[in-house]
Amino acid sequence: MSTAVDISLTVNGERVSRRVEARRHLVDFLRLDLELMGTRTGCEHGMCGACTVRVNGNIVRGCLLLAVALDGADVETIEGASQSGELRDLQDAFIARNACQCGYCTPGMLLTAADLLSVNPRPTRAQIREHLCGNYCRCTGYHAIIDAVEATAASRNAKSGP
Amino acid sequence: MKAPPFSYLRAASLADIFVKWDATGAETRLLAGGQSLLASLAFRLSSPSTLIDISRVPELTGISAGGGMIRVGALTTHAELGAHPVVRQQVPLLAAAAPLIAHPAIRNRGTIGGSLAYADPAAELPACCVALDAVIVANSATAERRIPAAQFFTGLYATALGEKELITAIEFPASTAQQRSAILELARRSGDYAMVGVAAQAEFKNAEFVDGKLVFFGVGEAPVAAGAAVAVLTGKPLTGEAIARAEAALDIDLSPPADQQASSEMRRHLARVLLGRVLRRISQKEVVRVA
Ligand SMILES: Cc1cc2nc3c(=O)[nH]c(=O)nc-3n(C[C@H](O)[C@H](O)[C@H](O)COP(=O)(O)OP(=O)(O)OC[C@H]3O[C@@H](n4cnc5c(N)ncnc54)[C@H](O)[C@@H]3O)c2cc1C
Ligand code: FES
Ligand code: FES
Repeated sequence: MSTAVDISLTVNGERVSRRVEARRHLVDFLRLDLELMGTRTGCEHGMCGACTVRVNGNIVRGCLLLAVALDGADVETIEGASQSGELRDLQDAFIARNACQCGYCTPGMLLTAADLLSVNPRPTRAQIREHLCGNYCRCTGYHAIIDAVEATAASRNAKSGP
Repeated sequence: MKAPPFSYLRAASLADIFVKWDATGAETRLLAGGQSLLASLAFRLSSPSTLIDISRVPELTGISAGGGMIRVGALTTHAELGAHPVVRQQVPLLAAAAPLIAHPAIRNRGTIGGSLAYADPAAELPACCVALDAVIVANSATAERRIPAAQFFTGLYATALGEKELITAIEFPASTAQQRSAILELARRSGDYAMVGVAAQAEFKNAEFVDGKLVFFGVGEAPVAAGAAVAVLTGKPLTGEAIARAEAALDIDLSPPADQQASSEMRRHLARVLLGRVLRRISQKEVVRVA
């Protein structure tokens, strides 16, 4: 039995068709097959969150998803979410607060923080911590990241009114 | 590490799972959310020849209520469990457990069927199923079995499922007005498997504990129902003294293992602390039900 499978899916709005090995996880598919290097591989067993991407609108661990299982899915990576401009203010806040140092965790942090702000526009610091609890950062000590998310929420709320 | 090579088949229906399962060897595994299986393959803890992806099988999805029962399809994700209005209203313990399981991105994929079949001793949902007297509906190619949760978890990562038998749904009795429930746990990082946790459901009449289950996780090979603690409490008002006696009775109920996270004595201590907290929480008259 062959272990390669043909799949066809949408990545950052573009239709993509490829033949992939069954064991290839989504991050390797994105990085090695599609050369989208924004998504990171960290631990590759679900612990660190560096591989966070969106599948059908929801954040997932890219390392715990097989590319073959995503036939027909809609995948969005940090490249897509950056280009659309939806993360601009969050990214600016990460830079302003020094919440992006080596940058390894940053794509996962941004997508996870954006996920929180989409369901809870006024999170407390405790809620920000809780939502980011599955994303490791080895540089910032986390406070700068919490600050950046809090600042983004505050400025969005100031714009949209109470 | 990368997973070892394997073949991949996607099942289109419940019947198709069994056809594919029969056509492949003994080294076949079912793939649901993949949040435990793919991690264990990355560690090369096992090397199945074939994975059958069951994640698109319609018979395994959906949540429905009727006849005093809530039926939760095996593919229901932890995120869906926490957000579903029927679950929040009628099985509030499950809705309260969902946010304690792993991290948001993992909750979007991990399923209740996978969690019960994997049977991690520190997992929340197996303990909730035992506390709630849930029934696990299991299907083979030829028959359906209904297994009470108390008999389902048979040991460390071991269940009552037979060869080529899978979980299709879980049935929970709808909670009654007299019932109170809560789940508490202690983990070193929020979202990681708990060092110790307890899922509690109890009925009170005039502040008296009349019936209930206190089910611990992370303290044994499978969920542990604290029968001695319940016996101490039953038929008595829930005073500070009664709670203290129940905490002491945990010495009979629990003999927790030691690992790199906590010694056995530390787990005992944490279990006593959690028992006191959970009893105080569920005994409060105006318990906040998940709205
Ligand atoms: C970093 C991390 C932290 C985690 N923390 C927690 C935690 O705190 N608490 C917790 O409970 N879990 C935790 N998990 C595990 C998570 O909850 C998984 O979702 C769950 O254990 C398995 O569900 P799944 O759908 O992903 O199953 P899979 O990984 O797809 O499958 C797991 C096993 O169950 C079998 N299986 C799957 N579905 C069925 C079925 N319907 N019938 C029969 N067999 C089936 C598979 O063959 C496999 O052997 C964590 C996981 C990670 C990676
Ligand atoms: S690489 Fe996926 S969680 Fe670490
Ligand atoms: S900025 Fe380096 S890991 Fe987070």
